[in-house]
Amino acid sequence: MSSILYDAPGPRTRRRTMLWSVLGAVFVLGLLYLAYRQLDSRDQWDPERWQIFTDPPQGQTAGDVWSSLLIDGLGATLRAAGIAAVLALALGVILAVLRMSVVGAVRWPTTVVIEFFRGLPVVLLMFFGVIAIGLPIFWGVVFGLVVYNCAIFAEILRAGIVSLPRGQSEAAYAMGLSRRQTLFTVLLPQAVRRMLPSLVSQLVVLLKDTSLGFIIGYAELLRRLQLNTQFFGQRYWFQFFVVGAAIYITVNFTLSRLAVYLERRGTKKAAGGVAKADDAAIGGTSATGVSV
Amino acid sequence: MDTVIDELPLYWEGFTTTLALTLLSAVIALVVGTILGAFRVSPVPTLRWFGTAYVELVRNTPLTLVFIFFVFVAPQLGWTPDDFFIPAVVALSVYTAAFVCEAVRSGINSVGLGQAEASRAIGLTFPQTLRLVVLPQAFRTVVPPLINIFIALTKNSSVAGGFFVAELFGVARQLTNAHPADIIPVLIGIAAFYLVITIPAGILAGYVERKVAFAR
Repeated sequence: MSSILYDAPGPRTRRRTMLWSVLGAVFVLGLLYLAYRQLDSRDQWDPERWQIFTDPPQGQTAGDVWSSLLIDGLGATLRAAGIAAVLALALGVILAVLRMSVVGAVRWPTTVVIEFFRGLPVVLLMFFGVIAIGLPIFWGVVFGLVVYNCAIFAEILRAGIVSLPRGQSEAAYAMGLSRRQTLFTVLLPQAVRRMLPSLVSQLVVLLKDTSLGFIIGYAELLRRLQLNTQFFGQRYWFQFFVVGAAIYITVNFTLSRLAVYLERRGTKKAAGGVAKADDAAIGGTSATGVSV
Repeated sequence: MDTVIDELPLYWEGFTTTLALTLLSAVIALVVGTILGAFRVSPVPTLRWFGTAYVELVRNTPLTLVFIFFVFVAPQLGWTPDDFFIPAVVALSVYTAAFVCEAVRSGINSVGLGQAEASRAIGLTFPQTLRLVVLPQAFRTVVPPLINIFIALTKNSSVAGGFFVAELFGVARQLTNAHPADIIPVLIGIAAFYLVITIPAGILAGYVERKVAFAR
């Protein structure tokens, strides 16, 4: 992987690497063992505790538990994320176009708005939507996600347009296309394609941020975990946490793989190549911020 | 507006708590993240594997879930801290370390192939190559994304407000409860305090990036 830093090893280095590998393995296994023992001392491996997912107590069926997590919980998470993603993308395109405007009176206010939205915590925006605007909880969550992410999407798209070779717009103007035609038929489609990996990683961030709804009381996946522990007892927190984390990681991992796949495919097809998702932060386009 | 001025002491308290959370977590995340980053580029497969697993797991987990672990789940596992500040710092550090690790790793990977080859050619060992040649160069590329990570950390510290820490967002909830008539000015006040940190830091990141851009 990172073979750039060291040579193909000779026998002595191989022995040394072997030694360090063993030490490293002992270190990692030691950490895992400590975690295991701590959990064991609290009876967290007790099969009875895990039966909460196959044969739960208090007259509930396994179906009840899973449907509350997957259908109600994950469903609510995905619904908010889906609606927010569509709205944020649409608004993001609009903001990107406005920010590229030649008219200063349009460009400057847009820049200020984008900087403003990007600099605020999403949870504060959600809270604002619910408390100050008086939106229902669901739309408050969507509001926070849209306001923040449309600014990020706008910056990603703008970075994509800026990174296109100048020849693209010059050729379009030479053909007699107007500024608007150039932007919408030549530059934006290429920018979207180029920044697709960054856009997808931002979608992962958006999906993760849906969990902030937990704080303002939206009944998404994490809230369902908490409701379940309130019903069955606090002693099941670890079990529900493991399952909740597994659900999130599965969904996000799938989306992240999609980003990597798009990156690979795009590098082959797109003329200007596709920017790596990570490069949004590293290469001259840090305007997009980091997907954290 | 009067409410905002009357409640300035509370705002200030929230602001300093946010700063304390952010700075403490930033330092811890920087140390842990750099170590993990070193793991990820090391020739030792187990450490590389460990670093990758950590980053992949944490990056795909929402911060709120990390907070839930340290605030609600950890007491079940035998960790009962006295207040909620320490779990918040731990949660933010654990989460941010994964992103620091990624930034460090891409920084190291961005150093030209010839640099490491040349240092091998003059007989430097692997640790020497890393310490004397690669890392000093990597550091320059890493600074702007690191600043961006710490901006995100500042914003992320607001999650602590949902988990019983009285930082800016916690103060926002408290004040909007106490002054239902002045919700909008109160929240704009809170927003201003966040922007005081995030916007200058963003400008700094852009400036540093332009400064080091010609390096390669």
